[in-house]
Amino acid sequence: MGLILEVEGLHVDLPLPAGRLQAVRNVGFEVSQGETLSLVGESGCGKSLTALALMDLLPPRAIRRAGKLVFEGRELSGAAEDAMAQLRGDRMAMIFQEPMTSLNPCYTIGNQLVEAYLQHRRASEREARERAVFLLETVGITAAGSRLKQFPHQLSGGLRQRIMIAMGLMCGPSLIIADEPTTALDVTIQAQILALLADLQREFRMGLILITHDLGVVARVAHRLCVMYCGQVVETGTTKEVFARPLHPYTQGLLRCIPVPGRVEPGSELGSIPGLVPTPIGVLKGCTFRNRCPKGRPECAVENPHLREIGPNRALRCLDALAAAA
Amino acid sequence: MPDLVLELINLTKTYQVSAGAFRGKRDLRAVNGITLTLEKGEVLGLVGESGCGKTTVAKLVLSLETPTSGHIRLQGRPLTDCDSKEIARQVQPVFQDPYASLNPRKSVGSIISLPLRALKVGNKASWNKKVSEIMEVVGLAPHLRHNYPNQLSGGQRQRVAVARALIMRPQLVLCDEPTSALDVSVQAQILNLLMRLRRELGLTYLFISHNLAVVEHLATRVAVMYLGRIVEEAPTRELFLNPRHPYTQALLGSVLTPEPGLGLPDTRLGIAYPNPIDPPSGCTFHPRCPKADEKCKEHAPVPRRKGGRLVECHFVEEL
Repeated sequence: MGLILEVEGLHVDLPLPAGRLQAVRNVGFEVSQGETLSLVGESGCGKSLTALALMDLLPPRAIRRAGKLVFEGRELSGAAEDAMAQLRGDRMAMIFQEPMTSLNPCYTIGNQLVEAYLQHRRASEREARERAVFLLETVGITAAGSRLKQFPHQLSGGLRQRIMIAMGLMCGPSLIIADEPTTALDVTIQAQILALLADLQREFRMGLILITHDLGVVARVAHRLCVMYCGQVVETGTTKEVFARPLHPYTQGLLRCIPVPGRVEPGSELGSIPGLVPTPIGVLKGCTFRNRCPKGRPECAVENPHLREIGPNRALRCLDALAAAA
Repeated sequence: MPDLVLELINLTKTYQVSAGAFRGKRDLRAVNGITLTLEKGEVLGLVGESGCGKTTVAKLVLSLETPTSGHIRLQGRPLTDCDSKEIARQVQPVFQDPYASLNPRKSVGSIISLPLRALKVGNKASWNKKVSEIMEVVGLAPHLRHNYPNQLSGGQRQRVAVARALIMRPQLVLCDEPTSALDVSVQAQILNLLMRLRRELGLTYLFISHNLAVVEHLATRVAVMYLGRIVEEAPTRELFLNPRHPYTQALLGSVLTPEPGLGLPDTRLGIAYPNPIDPPSGCTFHPRCPKADEKCKEHAPVPRRKGGRLVECHFVEEL
């Protein structure tokens, strides 16, 4: 399997009046052709900023540093803005959470679909429109030709998200980053959109980075996952393994929080994670999860745990779990 | 005779909406003849997709909207006979987004005590005492009383919303998607809180949600809504073990439980939720129903009721 993306030592800092907010800290992962990697975590854990950092779409005040950011064999960490502009929408595409706000209400669907294609390819308007119709059909939209003349407000949420996906596919990217693609949709539509994404990804052998907080979505779609907490990756592994044997106390806590029909007795007390996520400002010493951790040890306050490999494709950032595994 | 907290009888709410420029007004039936009852101590889960009328039901019960036809009875009394203060004493809401439902310019103490002040119950000293009590009940630290909502986390904000709802000791708490805007770890805390409060204070909940896993966990009875109608209603256990309506089956099938290897379900529902201004003929679910035939296109099914169970489908002959 060809490697599409390699990230090592990715940091994103946001300068705030109170100090430097270390929103993403030393994040690293790889994505291969035809593979779905999920970044999972709660709000504020840095998963969306990681995605924006890959696309070089961070807010202007954010500072990005990367040890290694290789996409299709090219190092991007020092790439010029116009080189990035050439890649975005062409080789890498992004699907955002809110199909209501990420489509421009003033332009027709057709205009928005062909825009990136005309930008990146030497193609005529007619060719671009043909490609748009083909992709709208691929994503399961009926009467695709007439949809091109419609405006976003004339379409339902599910249709808009399909159009966002078609838009992402226009230039045949090798990597798609989907940031909470189904969070704004109804459950019945969610399953359809995820199935569509998975099918297209298999068909076009794309890499997919799926950012979500929904462990149900991760379990059903992702091949591998990175659990993020407070800007760091705390556990990685194949989906099967992590769900069968979560090792980090945070992952274990998250899985205990969700009511699962058939597994959790209705009405019983759900597990919860006490306390709050700390704000990563200033010098961070020790494990950022230690104050909420049921297994915290005295050394957790002193030592910064490293992300240690404990098997093929399996890594962990926890002193206690590593000691138990050793 | 069970103690009925809330009765909705053949309730309908029609909105006049513009169908487009120069086309005049048309009727949108947001709630189309629903009958529901809630006994004391029950948790009734109301589930359905967006646009099915769940929130309109909530607005009608809170008397924020007046029904077009039908009746609402609160503790056996018609809602039309109660003035707004009386309704506020008996029904209190907890809304979805604790970032939007709390006034950012008021302190926590002031937000929680607002119902007491608005209804002129007691005096300043008793307000303070009650606020302290209720903050302890919902698990808010006493020092947060002088803080403002922007200084609180999402979970703390939702606790403030729950405290505000409970300070009048209402009979019925109306939760409209109370955890959808929260992270999973916080959602679990709020659900645990709601369950504990129900046990300790004997509360009755009307729990509106699209998250079926949450509803199964919390509710004692579930009503499934589709285009303004209740298409199935049953005790939670029965509904989840043996869903009868094809729509309920599809909804349950589309829940993504965290079980890897199961893949994605095929709900066979088609893309579109119908436009409620232009509802389909006959059974409104027929365009999306995998079982639908000619009969479904022409005739609306009659609700069949037996015991605590209701199904509205041509294919369910007997319960």
